[in-house]
Amino acid sequence: MSIDKETVKKIASLSRIAITEAEADAFVPELNQILGWVEQLGEVDTSKVEPMTAVIPNKLRLREDVVTDGEIREKILANAPIAEHGFFAVPKVIE
Amino acid sequence: MVKMTESTYRIQGGTGEWEVVIGLEVHAQITSESKLFSGASTEFGAEPNTQVSLVDAAMPGMLPVLNGECVRQAVRTGLAINAQINKYSRFDRKNYFYADLPQGYQISQLYHPIVGEGVIQISLDEKDPDAHGKAIGVERIHIEQDAGKLMHDQHPTMSYVDLNRCGVALMEIVSKPDMTSPKEAAAYVRKLRSILRYVGSCDGNMEQGSMRADVNVSVRKPGGELGTRTETKNVNSMRFIQAVIEYEAQRQVDLIEDGGVVVQETRLFDPDRNETRSMRSKEDAHDYRYFPDPDLLPLELEDDFIFDCKASLPELPDEKRARYKNVLGLSPYNAAVLTAEHETALWFEQLLETTDQPEKIASSAANWVTSELFGALNRLGVGIEDSPVSPAQAAELLGLVADGTISGKIAKQVFEIMLESGDGAKKIVEEQGLVQESDTGAIEKVIAEVMAANEDKVAQYRDGKDKLFGFFVGQTMKAMQGKANPQVVNELLKKILG
Repeated sequence: MSIDKETVKKIASLSRIAITEAEADAFVPELNQILGWVEQLGEVDTSKVEPMTAVIPNKLRLREDVVTDGEIREKILANAPIAEHGFFAVPKVIE
Repeated sequence: MVKMTESTYRIQGGTGEWEVVIGLEVHAQITSESKLFSGASTEFGAEPNTQVSLVDAAMPGMLPVLNGECVRQAVRTGLAINAQINKYSRFDRKNYFYADLPQGYQISQLYHPIVGEGVIQISLDEKDPDAHGKAIGVERIHIEQDAGKLMHDQHPTMSYVDLNRCGVALMEIVSKPDMTSPKEAAAYVRKLRSILRYVGSCDGNMEQGSMRADVNVSVRKPGGELGTRTETKNVNSMRFIQAVIEYEAQRQVDLIEDGGVVVQETRLFDPDRNETRSMRSKEDAHDYRYFPDPDLLPLELEDDFIFDCKASLPELPDEKRARYKNVLGLSPYNAAVLTAEHETALWFEQLLETTDQPEKIASSAANWVTSELFGALNRLGVGIEDSPVSPAQAAELLGLVADGTISGKIAKQVFEIMLESGDGAKKIVEEQGLVQESDTGAIEKVIAEVMAANEDKVAQYRDGKDKLFGFFVGQTMKAMQGKANPQVVNELLKKILG
């Protein structure tokens, strides 16, 4: 798999990361190198191996359905660039 | 132009008939105290951002911990539609940026959903549900997080964000494209809602957004290849779902017949203009770059857990309806109406439980609930759970009719008084002297008086004017203030008039 400049720009845009033309040019070989390196793993036949989800055998823990959190509006909004009347306020987003 | 035959819905285009193919993705909020991955409350209507934990606000370093009750409710829902329960499922990240989603991704289940294929039986004829039934396939049910709420009308240049709903658990119930008319789609949503409410996994409240649907519509020539579909997002009422289908089907037919091509896209429904329109901003949005959520291990279910989920299910609407019909001997219509809502069925069953012979009064009780009680509740604008008359009080009233103490007509009067006063039927009947007169001597005496006062009509009747019979019944009942036993009056009149 190899990626071109258009793909780099698209990924940047989907990730909401602003990049310049020069940066996009630089990312093309860099990302291709990384992908190529990772793709070496494809040489190993894993068709009979279960996908591993964790290094240590572990089970997903479930939580009891009780309210233990919330009522911390001050903390939630503390880092918001703008908060008004208990809401986060963001530039208008409407269809 | 739309043509509706007995079972097929077709769009009549310039090039002939078109068939509509519909699939629905219903988002149902799982009934739980706390959120899917955090301990914040799910209660509706709280002050903005008061039911938000640091996990919901996606603060760095916060980790999700799965709510066991949400898993249980999803499994119970799956079992209720006879679906395959996947003992292994896992969570994936669906990546997109929007102001109502602080994480920048929604935790969902794309590759390994918790529930696989199931089926929902719908009916298109409420008078006789079994006569016009259809099985609609369910592709899958998966668990995912809801997003926050945006408000656009509070400020001229800003949108306000409330994260109270952010992280609340949803089930996404994905149907197969098995529906072919707006009516079928509505029947499917109605039935799904009924099942969810029986199971108790979702309150089904569409006004509060607890249930909303993404509507997939495509058109094709009858029996032809599937056309390209559009997806109209977040439709939140039964009526709107039907309106979306009607509008989209017609739009697509017109487009194709004018030489155009249907574009696979996301659309929005505008209820004010009754039309759908393209959400251009979502053009890129289908590139969600899903990948397994590294914060969550796979969800593995034990047989015991699934068994307990199954054992906890109540009698479901289809089984209940069959039992009402076959065991209690109710009409198909009454059985369907009484079982559509769980509350109605429970109320009806409580009524039967307070009597000695439930089978005997079941039919009359069913008729009474669907006509008298529903009529009264409608007038009062309350649901059956807030009925001013209790099931036990209703049983007492129906008992008085069954043993002949009062007539059906008087029962209506007594019921009205019960609704207003809250008194029991027996008390009202005794206090107001409404006991039915079945004594033949007393009734014969009144009949004699009526005949004496209407000698001309007696003669006409005996000359063959049979229609006058009703006149004599009416006069006799009137003279006795409606308290005479109508059956006895009829019998006596037949005998005396000859």
